Amino acid sequence: MSTLVYISSRNGIAKNAKEAVTYAKKIDSEVTVVTTGDADEATLNSLGEFGASKVLVDRSVSFDDSQQLTNVIAKAVEITAANTVVFSHDLAAKAVASRLSVKLKTGFISGAIDIPQGDTVKVNVFSGKAFGNVKINSERKIISLLPNSFQPESSQTNCTVEEFDGNSGEAQIKLIDTKKPEGEIPLPEAELVVSAGRGLKGPENWGMIEDLADSLGAATACSRPVADIGWRPHHEHVGQTGVAIRPNLYIAAGISGAIQHLAGVNGSKVIVVVNTDAEAPFFKAADYGVLGDAFEVIPQLTEAIKKFKASN
Amino acid sequence: MKILVCISKSPDTTSKIAFTEANTKFDENGVQYIVNPYDEWYALVRALELKEANGGSVSTITVGTASDDAVIRKALAIGADDAVRIDAEPKDAYFVAMQIAEYAKNENFDIVLTGKETINYNGSQIGGMISEALNLPFISLASKMDVTDSTLTLETEIVGGLQVVEVAIPAVVSCAKGMAEQRIPNMRGIMAARTKPLNVIPAADIDFLTSYDSYELPEAKSACKMIAPENMDELVRLLHEEAKVI
Repeated sequence: MSTLVYISSRNGIAKNAKEAVTYAKKIDSEVTVVTTGDADEATLNSLGEFGASKVLVDRSVSFDDSQQLTNVIAKAVEITAANTVVFSHDLAAKAVASRLSVKLKTGFISGAIDIPQGDTVKVNVFSGKAFGNVKINSERKIISLLPNSFQPESSQTNCTVEEFDGNSGEAQIKLIDTKKPEGEIPLPEAELVVSAGRGLKGPENWGMIEDLADSLGAATACSRPVADIGWRPHHEHVGQTGVAIRPNLYIAAGISGAIQHLAGVNGSKVIVVVNTDAEAPFFKAADYGVLGDAFEVIPQLTEAIKKFKASN
Repeated sequence: MKILVCISKSPDTTSKIAFTEANTKFDENGVQYIVNPYDEWYALVRALELKEANGGSVSTITVGTASDDAVIRKALAIGADDAVRIDAEPKDAYFVAMQIAEYAKNENFDIVLTGKETINYNGSQIGGMISEALNLPFISLASKMDVTDSTLTLETEIVGGLQVVEVAIPAVVSCAKGMAEQRIPNMRGIMAARTKPLNVIPAADIDFLTSYDSYELPEAKSACKMIAPENMDELVRLLHEEAKVI
């Protein structure tokens, strides 16, 4: 019995990768990690902190092509005879895990939020409005873990790094360009998020939202109408048809909280709503509410956060 | 250019989510079904735009029962040329994807498109599974797609940004926001959809690998704690001491 975890190590070890290794360790004491690329040995070795006893790395794959990665992971499954393959349910892994499911004819449960109970795993469904208990009918399991469902836990294990040839085959997809806005915190990974909607009246008023986000070290987000009319970029749109997020803290200013918006954020641990309308449906989903004008409340909240940070 | 668009139905985004039969079945009572928004707004509309620019055809495919015909007609009204329905209750993502792959493998499609996920099961599995079954490249979460000769240029979401990639057709692509703008079918489209071909074909003999045993609804939130707008220090204190998130 052993568990295999696929992680991307291309830009260091992200928090969701540590979560996936922690999760695998809860399923099985024997955890092997498979990855590709040129991360140095010390970086890969650090996965022992979270319970990995071996890291298999295929140095020949230089780009996250789902076809190549699927071949490499299938090879690692063969080597380790793993019963369970764990992914973090992030953008890249969704594509690879579903391919692997067909290649190995193995049931794939996506978006898990709890450890398996026998053959059954709890997942988020209906865009976070409900949970489902999904049973896998195949002997082996593929599970992708929803980010921020488990926190990384220390489980010091002696870890070795082994280079291997995963028979990846030729890359079919050619990378032309990568565009990463500098200095921004990627939304799906953010633990703190500050978001605003049409209540802000115009894109020129976003400065105070950015100031609040800066004071907290938070990412910024917005509601759908705001992205649709071009006040904010599409990648900031959270909700049913945008990004679904599960931060520890979600602060929403000037967003009424339509059911489609709630679907993208109701996995947040704590929700703070600032709105001038006492009837805004968002207050029903909130933990803390401030009935007031965002133009007055948000700058004051920023000052209060700064004061708090300075004294702690 | 021959394009296949995978269409699924999903409950209207405003549907109340409830379950019946001891929480083992989704309660369809009063639920309005729509074309899954990602399949319609992005995959189908972009396919139609490519056809309008380059010629070719746009077909849709759905795994479902006769109760799905209304949403399939909607896709035809928006502009698809014809539709295929594989006549089976969709059991799981593997079952659906393998049915579609079984049909597509002999049809020589240049591009197979899916939405990035359905809004009910949110699995994001179908596109990847079809591509593996057909041994084709898969480009997921594309927010832009253009075709020159036999090369697709795509912009896709990656963690914290975007990347631009090129791939030769045939390929499978899952479509996300940004790809196209929603189209409202006009009267002519709705009339034409009535007579466009909707071919119902029998399902292939395919296993399923997962099943939903039961569902749960989240616990109701306790009442929202209201804080006076002039007392933001108190909110910060609560977030630190009570909620422990800062």
